[in-house]
Parts: sequence; C-alpha cells; structure tokens
Amino acid sequence: MLKVEHLTKMFGGLAAVNDVSVEFETGKINAIIGPNGAGKSTFFNLISGMHEPTSGRILLGGVDVTKLPSDKVARLGVGRTFQTTNLFEQATVLDNLIVGHRLRTRSGLWDVLINSKRLQREEKSARDKAMEALEFVGLTHVAGQFIADITQEERKRVAFALALATDPKIVLLDEPAAGINPEETVGFAALMRKMVDEKGLTVCLIEHKMDMIMSLADKIMVLDHGEKIAEGTPEEVRNNPVVIEAYLGGDEDAAA
Amino acid sequence: MFKFASMLMTPAAKYLMLAFAVLFPLVAANEYQVYVMATAFVWAIAVYGLNIITGFCGQLNLAHGGFFAIGAYTLGLLTADFGWSFWPAFVAALVTTAVLGFLVGIVSLRLKEHYFAIFTLCVGFIIYLLIDKWEELTHGAIGVRDIAAPYGFGVVDFTDTTPFYYLVLAFLVFAIWFMGRLSKSLLGRTFLAIRNGDELAQSLGINLMRNKVLAFVLSTTYAGLAGALYAGMVRFIGPDEANIQHTFDMITYLLVGGIGTIMGPLLGTIGIVWITQSLQFLEEYRMIIFGPLLVLLVIFFPRGITGSFLTWMHRKSQALVPGKKREESKVNTVQPREAESNA
Repeated sequence: MLKVEHLTKMFGGLAAVNDVSVEFETGKINAIIGPNGAGKSTFFNLISGMHEPTSGRILLGGVDVTKLPSDKVARLGVGRTFQTTNLFEQATVLDNLIVGHRLRTRSGLWDVLINSKRLQREEKSARDKAMEALEFVGLTHVAGQFIADITQEERKRVAFALALATDPKIVLLDEPAAGINPEETVGFAALMRKMVDEKGLTVCLIEHKMDMIMSLADKIMVLDHGEKIAEGTPEEVRNNPVVIEAYLGGDEDAAA
Repeated sequence: MFKFASMLMTPAAKYLMLAFAVLFPLVAANEYQVYVMATAFVWAIAVYGLNIITGFCGQLNLAHGGFFAIGAYTLGLLTADFGWSFWPAFVAALVTTAVLGFLVGIVSLRLKEHYFAIFTLCVGFIIYLLIDKWEELTHGAIGVRDIAAPYGFGVVDFTDTTPFYYLVLAFLVFAIWFMGRLSKSLLGRTFLAIRNGDELAQSLGINLMRNKVLAFVLSTTYAGLAGALYAGMVRFIGPDEANIQHTFDMITYLLVGGIGTIMGPLLGTIGIVWITQSLQFLEEYRMIIFGPLLVLLVIFFPRGITGSFLTWMHRKSQALVPGKKREESKVNTVQPREAESNA
C-alpha cells in the first residue's frame, strides 16, 4: 500500500527524519512510536505532502507521490487527522463534515450561479457521505449540534469522520487517543479496528499510549532521533533491546 | 420571544425586509433619507465582498477600499475623460477590479495570516498613492468630475435619487442572493474549510491557492461593483475614496453585523450608517456615544448581531427538540459514575 524508501528530511542541519525505509501493508494497523522529537509527526507530514522530503521516495500503491502537494496526495487516498482539529465551532457537526467529500466533486463558481444539476447532485452525495461517516464513528445523534457544544471525545470522532469522508485508502492518525480517558481510548481502539475490518482501510497511527498500541497494532515502527531503530510485531518490539534502551526502558531522559 | 425570533429568520421575514426596502422611498421623510439609504446599500455591497474573502475564507484583506476606489475610478475616468457611456464603463469597472484582484491575489495570497493583512494594507496604500499622484490619468487631488449617470434606456431617469435607489437595491438583492447561494454550496464550504485552517483544508484535498484566489477575485469584483455604483451616484470622486479609513469602516460594519453570516453585512452597514447619521448633529463629539456603543456590542455580541442571534436561536431549537434527549442520556451516563465515586 504505502512504501517509503530512504526518506530523509533536513531542517537546516538537523535531520528530522533520517533514511527511513518502511512498508505499510493494506488492511493493517501500523503504529509509529518513539520519544518526543523523534520525527514522528514530520514523517506524517512527509507522507501527506505537507513537507517535501530532502531525499528518498514515497510510493502509494505503486505511484510515486514524493513531490506531490498535500491536496493531490489527499485526492489519491491519503486521509489524515491532526493532534488538534480546528473546526467551525458555530456550525453543526454535519455542516462541518460535508466539505470532507469536496475533493471527489467538481462543481465550481458557474455551478453555484446557475444552481446546476451537477451541483445539486454533488451536494447530495457530499451530505450522504458525511452522514455515512458520522454513522460509522457513532455520532449520528449529535449531527445537528454545534461543534462548540460537543465533548472532547466527540470532537475527536468528528475529526475521524472528516478524514473518512474523503474516501481514503489509508488514514494517518496523529495521536488519536491523546487527551481522552482510558474508557474512551478503548472505544477509539475499537473504532480503528472497525476501519480496517469493515472498510478495508490501512491505518497508520502515532501514539504514546503503550497499552493501546501493544494490543491494537499489527506492526510497529520505532523512531528515535529521526532514525528507524526497530520494526516488527508488538511482541518483537517489546523485546527489542535497542527499543528498551531508547524508549521503553525508562531511559527517556537520555533519549530526549 | 422564541417564536418571534424564529419568525425573523424565515423566508417570509426576508420578503418583509425586501418589501420595506421597496416601500422605503414612499415612507421616507425626504429625499435626503433615500439618498442616505442608497449610500448604505452601496457600502453594504462592498461589505458583502469583504465578507467572502475575510468572513468565509478567513483572509483579512485590507486593500478592499482600494478596489472600491478602482471600481469608482474606472467608471469615472472612462465616462468623464474617454467619453464612454455608463453601462459599458460599468462592465469595464467590474472586469478591471476582477483582473486586478486576480493579479494582486496570486501574489499576496502566497502570504498567510497577518503577513497577508500587512501586504494588502500596503497594496491599499499604493492604490491610494497611484490615484493621488498619477495626475495625468486620475487628475490627482482635483478628482474626477462629470461622471456619467446610468441611462435608463428611455424608461427611467437614474439622475433622480429614487430611481437610483431602486437600481442599487436591485444590485444589493443580487449580491445577497449570490452570497446566500454561495454559503450553502460546496464552494462556500470549501472557503469555510480554508478559514478553519490551511493544513486541514489541504488534507481534505482542497487546493488552497486556487480557492483563495477565487474568493479574492469575487470579493474585489463586489468592491468594484459597489465603487462603480458609488461613482454613478455621487458623480464626483477624489483620491479620498481610496483612503484606508473606508476599509476599516467596512471591517467595522462587518464585525458589528456578524462576520461570515448572510445578513450581517447588511444589518451592520445600515445600522451604523443610520446611527452615524442620527448623531451627525454632535459633529466630532458623536464618537463619545459611538465608541462605547461599539465596545458594548463587542462585549455582549462578540459574533455580531446576526452571528450571536443565530447561535442563540440554534441553542434554543436544540434545547426544544433532539438535544434535550441527549441531555437526558448524558445525565444517565454520568450519574452511575458519580454514584461510584461517592461510594
């Protein structure tokens, strides 16, 4: 699904991501872990086209997307969520989600002026898509609420729904479980599993909550100082001495 | 109270407002009041333009007054110096502001947030300087006289105040109609997504530059339309039309009325124009009343008249129908937890 070859990103003299090669398989949950400042978010920004890599290649389903801007990458099927999602607070949940399907529509200014058939058709499909995504994340009951009036956990689910409304093939989730309680975290793990099982999506997430990662991920990549130091199943990563040294072994101060 | 409030937002209420606007010249005390209202409508059209780029798309454009002046000067110079008649010059004014908007847009929109605001502030000032100093073309400080009035194809005479009022009203209705349609459309939602954040919008597959430039061109075209109507109404314009003060006035109208709303630009503009008019007798001292009024408004209606009203309405309606159910279910899920912690 997603293949990354020798990816490097330099910020000035600092290698935020250094020669990382990895492959994420279709229909798997892939986790990226690592201490703060390890380059995890930069790695996501490179894949999604937000930053252009200094060197290396990114292949999405065999297509080279290395130099594509993020809106084009999104159209090729990469959906993503951010650590914080800025939504339109004084608009309803549903209204916020409708734009998610915009990238699959073509209506322009002229369609708006004459209220064309195409515009009507596309607006309906965007609305249906938003409702479908809302149903998938289990939020149909707040469809008519203002974003300002829903809970933190519901906001995170809305962000998921927004990414899903783009019809992605792969979703990049940046700390989906940050700032929510353990009970809700279990709910989010179930939701990610559902994305894979029911929609056949490839999930890729950055997360710090180890309990969740270890039970959820099919494969884990560990980054430290921009370099990939380990890769494998949760079991393999857990027992990898390098990882324990850098991250799990409580030697975090040294790593940071 | 709630029933009354919801009535205000029905289509019926909008037709009522339109009916009032149509009847206004008949009930107005004198021609001057009609003239003031027509002026307010002209400014409102320009504020609608500002609402597209700043209210919807989230880019604070401080050159807006400059584009208003470009619209006014294009019409003024073409009719006064080049012998064009009104309507061709009017179309030329729209095209000029759209094309210049496109050129300024593709450069300035490379900048984000306050850098964009500062850049457009400079653009606005450059427009002012060009108009003031390029005397061969613009007559500089002397201004442009003998601007043609719109001809009414032998049916109406737009040099009279009342027919011109209706002409402006027609354009205003079109401006609002288009704004309403835009806001509900996928294109309007695209602009709103950009306002929420560049990165998020891009991650949704939205081409930032293309959409921002489109919003910018729409906004400058609105400004050009308003400027051209203004020139046709007052028939004498000077460099002061490009004064940065006008841009800040329009931002005030927008904030007071409700930024990013459909009726906000209209209500804000008409409200402030009439308050300013009725305080005219106080001359410079009117700011003593006007200032605190604005402060109170910002404190109690941070989203402007329309914005705060809509929010309040929505909360009401949610409390009446499905939201209530949700409140109950929320209480149910919270209670056991509380019981546990108490135990």
